[in-house]
Amino acid sequence: MNLNLDFAVILERWPTFVDGALLTLQLAFIATVLGTAIGVLGAIGRRSSHPIVSRLCGIYVEAIRNTPLLVQIFLVYFGLASLGVKFSAFTVAAAALTINVGAYTTEIIRAGFDSIPRGQIEAAEGLALSRAQIYWHVVMWPAIEKVYPSLTSQFVLLMLASSVTSQISAEELTAVANYVQSDTYRAFETYILVALVYIVLSLIMRAGFWLLGFVIFPRRRRLGTPL
Amino acid sequence: MHKTLNSTTPSPVVSLKNVHKSFGTLKVLDGVSFEVDRGEVLVLIGRSGSGKSTALRCIDRFETIDSGEIVVCGHRVSDPKLDLRALRQDVGIVFQSYNLFPHLTIEENITLAPCSVKGMSRTHAKEEARRVLAQVGLEDKLHQYPEQLSGGQQQRAAIARSLAMQPKVMLFDEVTSALDPELTGEVLKVIEALAADGMTMVMVTHEMGFARGIADRVVFMHRGKVHETGLATILTSPATPELAQFVGTGL
Ligand SMILES: Nc1ncnc2c1ncn2[C@@H]1O[C@H](COP(=O)(O)OP(=O)(O)OP(=O)(O)O)[C@@H](O)[C@H]1O
Ligand SMILES: [Mg+2]
Repeated sequence: MNLNLDFAVILERWPTFVDGALLTLQLAFIATVLGTAIGVLGAIGRRSSHPIVSRLCGIYVEAIRNTPLLVQIFLVYFGLASLGVKFSAFTVAAAALTINVGAYTTEIIRAGFDSIPRGQIEAAEGLALSRAQIYWHVVMWPAIEKVYPSLTSQFVLLMLASSVTSQISAEELTAVANYVQSDTYRAFETYILVALVYIVLSLIMRAGFWLLGFVIFPRRRRLGTPL
Repeated sequence: MHKTLNSTTPSPVVSLKNVHKSFGTLKVLDGVSFEVDRGEVLVLIGRSGSGKSTALRCIDRFETIDSGEIVVCGHRVSDPKLDLRALRQDVGIVFQSYNLFPHLTIEENITLAPCSVKGMSRTHAKEEARRVLAQVGLEDKLHQYPEQLSGGQQQRAAIARSLAMQPKVMLFDEVTSALDPELTGEVLKVIEALAADGMTMVMVTHEMGFARGIADRVVFMHRGKVHETGLATILTSPATPELAQFVGTGL
């Protein structure tokens, strides 16, 4: 066996890899921000006493969790196309990833909401706080703090999963790799490099979430213990 | 004529008239009536399951009643159109499990409601927090988190949090039951000081010695009814055999 690796021709193209990596990060960032918003609203919806609202949120979550991401991406892509609206591959990819991760964050945040003891809510009600104030101050913040590790892992997973959006030619990291390897015939080297870049992106995201947690959870910062 | 009578005799702060309440088929309150006047301390006692907590929770509309009438600080609690948040601004309630918000400092726990509900400014609310914490002897815990406090301190902080809303009446449901005897004393002292200050209070307690010392009026509940009621002296000379047995066993 003769392993003959040549990275030089790959590394020459580093600017395209940087572009791809930045696009991947952008996709992850958009899906994280919007996915968190969907997750909070979805979790409130799933816990709603209104049966239609909670049912609809439940259907959304189950539909997403029981279909492959790639199929969801194609559904958004061809769905929008058949409606006659034309969006860039990036927009479609961002939308599909957001819809996907929103379902998972809905479930994670709902578990966080459910973990807030009834007594906490009664104490807040006894202090005359409104429903919205209770959700915001007494339920949401501690719930997010409790599920923060699973929530952030989900977003890192999503960033890695965003590689399948190369299938609709979003110009993210894996699409760049596909292009480079077909151009240079150095597939193994290309994917080794891309794997390393994904590891770096994961580390960047984890570091970012760690810092963010430090800022938004003062109790964790001061006491260093999980809630 | 009734009008002049009403304006000269102050109406009670809390009044329950013939209150009935069932959970499913279980009758928990079976025609309960009592009144609490301004500045008065009413102590609710009775066996486990006799309906004490339920009666207390009905006052703050944590339970809705089946029939009867409850009026608290002029709010008709039994009225379906009740302004719930207005009622709860006038009523402070403290539970056995302190229920401090774990992710907030003691100061933030206390200032949350005055700021969000009453629209008090941050600086004013912080002054208020200092004042109520001094009242319960916890000035130095302002910036601590609940888990850094002992059970007794947490319960005192919970009382301070209620006081910061300047309630007209305070409800206490077995606030010392989760505490060791040494810690019980410090919480009871805070409640005694409140009573001395003229706070109107309704409290459920199993501390008979404390009840004797603080109660202006005692209500002994038995099987969902007010079985015996009177001054604190009924604890030492009960009229009914049930109360005699209850105070005798000290339970
Ligand atoms: N939400 C509820 N649903 C069903 N049953 C309830 C509910 N709350 C209370 N009960 C029942 O009502 C009865 C009276 O309860 P309550 O808590 O008022 O008693 P209590 O006098 O406070 O007793 P304890 O001294 O043990 O606290 C009990 O049998 C209890 O199991
Ligand atoms: Mg009780």
